[in-house]
Amino acid sequence: MTLLRLRGIGKEFGAIRALAEIDLTVAAGEVVGLMGDNGAGKSTLVKIIAGNFPPSHGTMIFDDQPVHFSRPIDARSVGIEVVYQDLALADNLTAAANVFLGRELKRRLGPVTVLDHAAMNRRAAALFQELKSETRADDLVRQMSGGQRQAVAIARTRLKEAKLVLMDEPTAAISVRQVAEVLDLIRRLRDAGIAVILISHRMPDVFTVCDRVVVLRRGSKVADKPIQSSSPEEVTALITGAKEAA
Amino acid sequence: MDDLSTAGRHRSESGFTNVGRAPWWQRGFFASQTAYVVLAFLIITVAISFVADNFLNPENLLRTSQNFSYVGIVALGATLVIITGGIDLSVGSVMALTAVVTMIVMKWIAETALGFVSMPLALLIGLMVAGFIGLVNGLLIARLKLSPFVVTLGMLSICRGLTYVITKGRSQAPGGPSVDTFYALTNGKLFGLPIPLVYLLIGAAIMGFVLHHTAAGRHIFAIGGNERAAALTGVAVERVKIGVYVACSMTAGLAGILMSGWLGAAQANLATGYELTIIAAAVIGGANLAGGSGGPVGAIIGAALIEVIRNGLVLAGADSYWQTAIIGMIIIFAAIVDRLRSLRAA
Repeated sequence: MTLLRLRGIGKEFGAIRALAEIDLTVAAGEVVGLMGDNGAGKSTLVKIIAGNFPPSHGTMIFDDQPVHFSRPIDARSVGIEVVYQDLALADNLTAAANVFLGRELKRRLGPVTVLDHAAMNRRAAALFQELKSETRADDLVRQMSGGQRQAVAIARTRLKEAKLVLMDEPTAAISVRQVAEVLDLIRRLRDAGIAVILISHRMPDVFTVCDRVVVLRRGSKVADKPIQSSSPEEVTALITGAKEAA
Repeated sequence: MDDLSTAGRHRSESGFTNVGRAPWWQRGFFASQTAYVVLAFLIITVAISFVADNFLNPENLLRTSQNFSYVGIVALGATLVIITGGIDLSVGSVMALTAVVTMIVMKWIAETALGFVSMPLALLIGLMVAGFIGLVNGLLIARLKLSPFVVTLGMLSICRGLTYVITKGRSQAPGGPSVDTFYALTNGKLFGLPIPLVYLLIGAAIMGFVLHHTAAGRHIFAIGGNERAAALTGVAVERVKIGVYVACSMTAGLAGILMSGWLGAAQANLATGYELTIIAAAVIGGANLAGGSGGPVGAIIGAALIEVIRNGLVLAGADSYWQTAIIGMIIIFAAIVDRLRSLRAA
């Protein structure tokens, strides 16, 4: 079942063409690795799907409905969650506050609506446990390690039943053990029927968890094939341009 | 988590193997700049009471608390703006413009058929003028993305200029049938406390509640901590920012009206230069100009500390001009303490 279908998606910033005529489909529960060198257009494509900015042209169909996102919250409301490369965390808030930022749990207290601190802490603690992360819900993010910060950002995507999770370089800044945990988590998302687009520079990560690999070079798609019929050597050649297309 | 290992790690109840927790005196309120300033405030108060015999006289304490209430009320609003990472330099001028408009409108309505409600109507119009100025500040800053410093510096000049234009430099006294009620509401006593102090405490309680128990308050902190993250996670950044500038201007308007009740009239030069004292009070109390921290207790303590030092110098027979220099030293000292703390925690 096709979850996301992009047709002829392109993006120009002034005279610069960041993306040209990208066609891409993602099925429910599929893990797609999106690879490419710096400036190849990976981030631009992800930002279009996440609703950070609209494409210059092309159409996007999600869950059989044509969609037009103008803000990240539009994408989130249909079930697309993003883990940003810099994690988008507010250091001065607690882990639970960050997880629930923008969609706080509230309760009525007489005439006013107040934050339900206890419920948010409980729910966040349960999410961290599910992610097997030793992260305290009421600790400040400022005091956390890279892996804990990662867990906070990923816990956000688990609040609502997401259908597609975009991960921008989720393993770039964490330890070896934590990389294994993140990859485990991606598998669990897939088993739950959630599609994942994994943007990564790390070839082993992509070949460990992805079903399919898509390679971008200079704004165009140069490869889109099942992971079994490709190899790290071939993908490297595609990224650098040593091999034109596959 | 190296900071925690040096801070005395202990095994936690939840069974985490390698994540310790700082002891209670090194986290939460006890580790905040506000807590340090409360301590400093107590020490300075005790020190002054030795130097100046009359300082602990209840009369003097009440007078002192009335004096810092005006700055304190506006420092509450300024703290909200500072938490989002902004600044409002226009507060002193907004105090004067609001006070003058309120006085003039009160006298003007008193002569019409609506004379019997001249006072509440004038207060409402005055506060609406203040709110409108905040709205203009907020729209320019949040929507047009202009620098808060520049916008509110311009607004400082506009409001002060308008105040002189409207009054032609003449002082405006309150008038009309309910002038006595006006004095009672702005300069009276409630439960033996000066009424401006009562407004300050009520305002602080409301602000503390909003900051820590509502989504709006959480978003104010989030914007100060990481504005881009707040926007990405769906926080209505523009609306929250506009809201804090409106709130800040309205606290300035309220304080301006209260001050004119205390002085018996609103002069065009009312609260000239107050913006610096107000921002100093907020910053001494722990509001970080980089955004992300601050609170009502800090605003009050900051304002109180400044006034206590001024009062102490007067009572001790020292040259009260020293006040300005000492406030400056305290601001820098508070910044140094804050830096040392964050170095230790990093």
